[in-house]
Amino acid sequence: MPEALLELEGVEARYGPVQALHGISLEVKEGEVVAVLGANGAGKTTTLRAVSGTVRRGGEIVFAGKRISRRSPEAVARLGVAHVPEGRGTLTELSVRENLRLGAYVRRDRAGVREDEQRVLSYFPWLEHRAGQRAGTLSGGEQQMLALARALMLRPRLVLLDEPSLGLAPIVTAEIFRIVGELNEKEGLAVLVVEQNAAFAFEASARAYVLEVGEVAVAGSSDELRRNESVRRSYLGY
Amino acid sequence: MLLAFDWTQLAQQIVIGLASGGVWATLAVALVLIYRSTGVVNFAQGEMAMFSTFIAWSLVHHGLSYWAAFFLTVAISFVGGVAVERVVIRPVESAPVLTVVIVTLGLFFLVNGAARWIWTPEVRSLPNAFSTRPIDVAGVAFSIQDLGNIGVSLAAVGLLWVFFRFTKLGLASRAAAVNPEASRLLGVRVSWMLALGWGLAAGMGGVSGMLTAPALASFDQNLMQPVLLYAFAGAVLGGIDSPLGAVVGTMLLGVLVNLVGTYVDWVGTELRLPVALAVILGVLLVRPAGLFGRVSVRRV
Repeated sequence: MPEALLELEGVEARYGPVQALHGISLEVKEGEVVAVLGANGAGKTTTLRAVSGTVRRGGEIVFAGKRISRRSPEAVARLGVAHVPEGRGTLTELSVRENLRLGAYVRRDRAGVREDEQRVLSYFPWLEHRAGQRAGTLSGGEQQMLALARALMLRPRLVLLDEPSLGLAPIVTAEIFRIVGELNEKEGLAVLVVEQNAAFAFEASARAYVLEVGEVAVAGSSDELRRNESVRRSYLGY
Repeated sequence: MLLAFDWTQLAQQIVIGLASGGVWATLAVALVLIYRSTGVVNFAQGEMAMFSTFIAWSLVHHGLSYWAAFFLTVAISFVGGVAVERVVIRPVESAPVLTVVIVTLGLFFLVNGAARWIWTPEVRSLPNAFSTRPIDVAGVAFSIQDLGNIGVSLAAVGLLWVFFRFTKLGLASRAAAVNPEASRLLGVRVSWMLALGWGLAAGMGGVSGMLTAPALASFDQNLMQPVLLYAFAGAVLGGIDSPLGAVVGTMLLGVLVNLVGTYVDWVGTELRLPVALAVILGVLLVRPAGLFGRVSVRRV
């Protein structure tokens, strides 16, 4: 069994007086794609934000053997966690090239960064022709792909992917999940993906957690959960 | 009257206008820098620049040459600006805009008071940075000082542009200003980028002050107050969120104010400041985003 890359133990989080997570425990192993599902407000996005440190959180979060439950977002990113946030976090005023360059902002190995530039372009060849364009002028799907490409520029050990399907046509979503799958297969990239669209999420992941009001309701292999009628009806609503 | 129009004088007055506009431009760029990152107009920018100028005066007073004092003061101002951000602005970083505005107003009086406390009232002047003798360009006599001021201002703004455009740190600070949340996720220390912006703004303000003072027979702690107003008017004209706009806006304003002051008898020197205020009002009425400002469109 591979070691857990990311481990959450009794993680809580709150926005002001509202508690969003009531003790979540989950793990992501090296080279694994794990999905987090659940209804609106179940705490999916907050789970990712707890990991990256963009919400006030408690409990234990261990990444690659290091406790990160008290670290700032900057520090977590520097450990190799790339968070593609809700709304994609596009730096709209900057060019596509500048967005990509900032993905590698914390890295000091210039040669490696150049290498990764080529690697990223092999997944997203169209980015090369749009390099000079203002990122804000890209379509939603293009911005989502740019966000993923930018995350890869960190050469991350873990990618946190927040609802890549949001506002996108199914064909575009499928393309994004195809690339995520390819990255996982070819490069062993570990991904923790939050997704509203259960079909895509089950397809792309090996294991999944279903959240309900800030707690893990069900967990298991994606294949099992997909086939489980009662899970589908009670938590996923389809 | 039309036939007797003095084109030489017009050219001279335009250059004089560009020279004062250039000096205002450095302070205007400082305002824009803070506005883009902190989201407020720093009302204390002029006073901070005045404080820098007094530091330069002290250095010159202790025997440094003007240019040695100039560069040393820019460095001191940078450190001072970073310190001001860390101590005064950081605690209100996530407070509502109005709170931050009030803090910069408080800073205005604090810096002004400190300067009065440290430097007693006496007649002060800075030596001229450039020769005051005229130079002949295509048959028209211009002052070397004016041309020098234009050159130094543009060089300072140009250096700043190179920093933001071509360095990794500059790129990160632009990102931090556009989208702090997303930038933190990329590992950018956004809070320090703010401090860096304040440092750079303070340095630019210092340049502005040190170019303003030598032109005056003597100066006191109110030195930069009119300059702040002109800089603000120029920045509004160019678009308060656009550095290029700030430069073009203040240069245009410099020329406009100087020409109106020269050719419209009843304006003279006394009514130049109101002309600048009229420009602010006019721009806000006709084109609130300014010449180069971007009308912000939010995609929902």
